[in-house]
Amino acid sequence: MNKSVFFGALTVAGVLAGASVAATLDDVKARGNLNCGVATGLAGFAAPNSNGEWEGFDVAVCRAVAAAIFNDPQAVEFIPTTGKTRFTALASGEIDFLARNTTWTFSRDVDLKFDFVGVNYYDGQGFMVPKALGVSSAKELDGATVCIQTGTTTELNLADYFRNNNISYEPVPVETNAEGQQQYLAGACDTYTTDASGLAATRATFENPGDHVILPEIISKEPLGPLVRHGDNDWGDLTRWVLNALIAAEELGVTSANVEEMASNATNPEIARLLGTEGTLGEMLGLEADWAKNAIAAEGNYGEIFAKNIGEETPIGLSRGLNAQWTDGGLLYAPPVR
Amino acid sequence: MTTLSDPQQGSFRLSMLLNDTRYRSYTFQFVALLLLIALMAFLGINLMRNLAEAGLNISYGFLGVPAGYDINQSLIDYSSQDSNLRAAMVGIINTLLVAFLACVTATILGVLAGVARLSKNWLVSKLMAVYVEIFRNIPVLIWILMIYTLMTAVLPSPSAFRGDDPASSMFLGAFAFTNRGVYIPWPVWGPGSMFVVATFVLSIIAAIAYRRYAVKLLFDTGKLLPRAWPTAAILILPTLLAFFILGRPVSLDYPALAGFNFGGGLQIGAPLIALWLALSVYTGAFIAENVRAGIQAISRGQTEAASSLGLRPKRVMNLVVLPQALRVIIPPLISQYLNITKNSSLAIAVGYADITATLGGITLNQTGRAIECVLLLMLFYLTISLSISAIMNVYNTSVSLKER
Repeated sequence: MNKSVFFGALTVAGVLAGASVAATLDDVKARGNLNCGVATGLAGFAAPNSNGEWEGFDVAVCRAVAAAIFNDPQAVEFIPTTGKTRFTALASGEIDFLARNTTWTFSRDVDLKFDFVGVNYYDGQGFMVPKALGVSSAKELDGATVCIQTGTTTELNLADYFRNNNISYEPVPVETNAEGQQQYLAGACDTYTTDASGLAATRATFENPGDHVILPEIISKEPLGPLVRHGDNDWGDLTRWVLNALIAAEELGVTSANVEEMASNATNPEIARLLGTEGTLGEMLGLEADWAKNAIAAEGNYGEIFAKNIGEETPIGLSRGLNAQWTDGGLLYAPPVR
Repeated sequence: MTTLSDPQQGSFRLSMLLNDTRYRSYTFQFVALLLLIALMAFLGINLMRNLAEAGLNISYGFLGVPAGYDINQSLIDYSSQDSNLRAAMVGIINTLLVAFLACVTATILGVLAGVARLSKNWLVSKLMAVYVEIFRNIPVLIWILMIYTLMTAVLPSPSAFRGDDPASSMFLGAFAFTNRGVYIPWPVWGPGSMFVVATFVLSIIAAIAYRRYAVKLLFDTGKLLPRAWPTAAILILPTLLAFFILGRPVSLDYPALAGFNFGGGLQIGAPLIALWLALSVYTGAFIAENVRAGIQAISRGQTEAASSLGLRPKRVMNLVVLPQALRVIIPPLISQYLNITKNSSLAIAVGYADITATLGGITLNQTGRAIECVLLLMLFYLTISLSISAIMNVYNTSVSLKER
């Protein structure tokens, strides 16, 4: 069967499966679990482990949302989506929540009728070249062959950057990071471009990482974040504040280890409001009072999730950089919990 | 007692739609058609309603906005500022290019392998049997990936050609085989080159006319003219003469290292080569079996009768067996051509910019217009497949048995 016909059938089936759009929270509660769209397998962000359990940076956000609703981080059905199927799956109602390192852009937010609920990873696009090439700036790449993951925003940034600097290039589209790495190492392309975090992670797996340099230019902003369907603002608020709660928890020093203790004898009024011992924030969201406590207890606060899945101690080895709290010179800044 | 069973003429009653076997099948077909239409309408209405509820709509406006991405192989002018429609056109042309190339080579390969498999030479026939069995029993996607991986891993990168003592050098000083593709010299059409081309076209017409004359002479008088060398002479000599008289208006542009890559000449990209080769050898194996079946379908009596008339084996094959075998070969050949066209959508696996990769891949992904893009893709493949089918059916009619 032709591939495109198959996709067509999938698309139609997906749209048909979509029921009503409003009141997503009621649907999720009635179903008893959250349908969460994730990547098909990207180490550190979303991939099944050896026991078949999903884990990763994006997966943790899904688990936090499920914990906030059901007090059970396991009440999630993970639905792997590709770059092509992710938006259709969300628009059709097949999934309630998409956490699949998706770049927040104007047209996705406005034209595709989605709502980004925040940013869980600030990234930017860079270039990696072999040292032997003798290139020290991306502007010297005139006429180069560039390996690029197809169907991503990086593809558009690349075209814009080279056009803007009036230099030419030849794209070699690849489907996955693994394929890009293979082509780059075989010399089928002079340079490999993707999100800088991805480049660092890829270079770390090379036999001789020192033979390759990442050029200083970061040519785009790639704010990656989870998103929901446009039109159900209550559901959007809920997911937005679960994410904010994880970020605020790190700022306030609430971790998965001390969350119980903090909740029982909170002195800081903001912590007390967040963990539900003071005020009625949970009720406003249509949840129990201890929603945020459960969300934090599930996988930890933002910093714990980062360190456990993609931090410097992991094989991915990313430093916090832009993703540090605003108090540490980063961009993470949760609005006040009150 | 002979006239009793005659039914009354011209008296149609409504109940006959169910009770009379002559009309019952129409009733069932009509009901089935109604059900089919109702199902389609239900699916369509459901789709539109769900889209409307999600605040979405079916719109092809995205085709007019700039695509924003670059394509590495384009036979027409294209830049990232051109529209999505233009990008789709580039993809369509690339699809047609690889489908056409693969159809031609697969046919040549298939006919040679099919005939060779019937050879009396044990080694040749067994070799062809091995070829057919190996290639048609491994999925074409695996072949595409294997050839592409081999190319990128085994061939040197352009930087290996650089320096005073390069690790690799160009073949005959004109052909560069790299892991990014093959670079070959390409003609540059100078002023006056039109006359050379016109001369060549006229030579082709003259060659065909000569061959027709030779056949007519043979049928009329039985006189056999030589055909091979005069044809070659008619094809080559006038063109060569025109080329030198006009002062060599056509020159060759040789590939040479320029910056990161080779410049000049013509680049045949590695993805195109991988896809083309894989589709050719894979489908060639199927065509070989069709050809073998076609030849074996002609009864031995035909061959023996032709031999007893004094025809030599080559003429037996060309004049008696093949024309009849074609009638058996053509219909399955059509479906092989359709397979090539549809299998070319696997191009995305090696980054070849066909219609599935541009419209159905990048455009779909960047605009999020999945339903619109997939509908367009289906329409395109359907149109192309039906066109190929129609053209081949015309050819099939022309070679089919003319019954008088």
